[in-house]
Amino acid sequence: MHSEPDAVLKTLADPTRRAIFERLARGGEQTVRVLTGHSGVSQPAVSKHLAVLRLAGLVRDRREGRQTHYSAEPQGLAPLMDWIGLYGAFWRDRFDRLETLLNRMDQ
Amino acid sequence: MTDAATATLTLLVERMMPHPPEKVWRALTQGPLLEEWLMRNDFQPEVGHRFNFRSNPVPHWNGVVDCEVLVVEPNKRLSYRWNASGEEAATGIKTIVTWTLTPANGGTHVRMEQSGFRPEDTANYQGANYGWQKYFAGLERVAARPE
Repeated sequence: MHSEPDAVLKTLADPTRRAIFERLARGGEQTVRVLTGHSGVSQPAVSKHLAVLRLAGLVRDRREGRQTHYSAEPQGLAPLMDWIGLYGAFWRDRFDRLETLLNRMDQ
Repeated sequence: MTDAATATLTLLVERMMPHPPEKVWRALTQGPLLEEWLMRNDFQPEVGHRFNFRSNPVPHWNGVVDCEVLVVEPNKRLSYRWNASGEEAATGIKTIVTWTLTPANGGTHVRMEQSGFRPEDTANYQGANYGWQKYFAGLERVAARPE
């Protein structure tokens, strides 16, 4: 699944959703019930957040019997890294210009 | 880098430059020199000094960066706030740029760290169309180069 940076950002902009993602990223695979216990919101609300996270490519699910287990998909953050990479491109460009200037300057 | 606990991003750019730290420092801290490689500015190397970097405005970016000098350690370390300005100040980026100069092999190791990128800083922007590309469209010839 490939998301746009905006989608990833919007998804993680919600504090509750971000907390769920962080919990999965740190704690590994978990069920909705366990996640609900930690989230301070209702189970349907957690399910909804998980659906949004899954759509953004940040979470994957695995069914086992009647249970669904959720885990973080760290690769889902890749668009965000690409996105910040643009800022990186900006600074590398400016580093080039800085070096050009330094070569021109007197000691 | 991603810090999962706080969901902020830090950008690190570093390079060896065959010039003494004192010379690099001048390029980082003297307004006219700074303008030559970065942007127009009213920078002063004084802690607490508020200043702006200015570029040409583009859609979704007024071309201005609000800054405040945080650290001045001559020839070693320079740090300033790098924040969105004007109408975008409330919802825009709030980052800190820190330059660290270290003498090495007769030259200088130049390290630039920009920290504090938060998802919520930008997600509130101009709807779904907002993105770094637009932000950067104002910063002249920055291309979306692959990493």
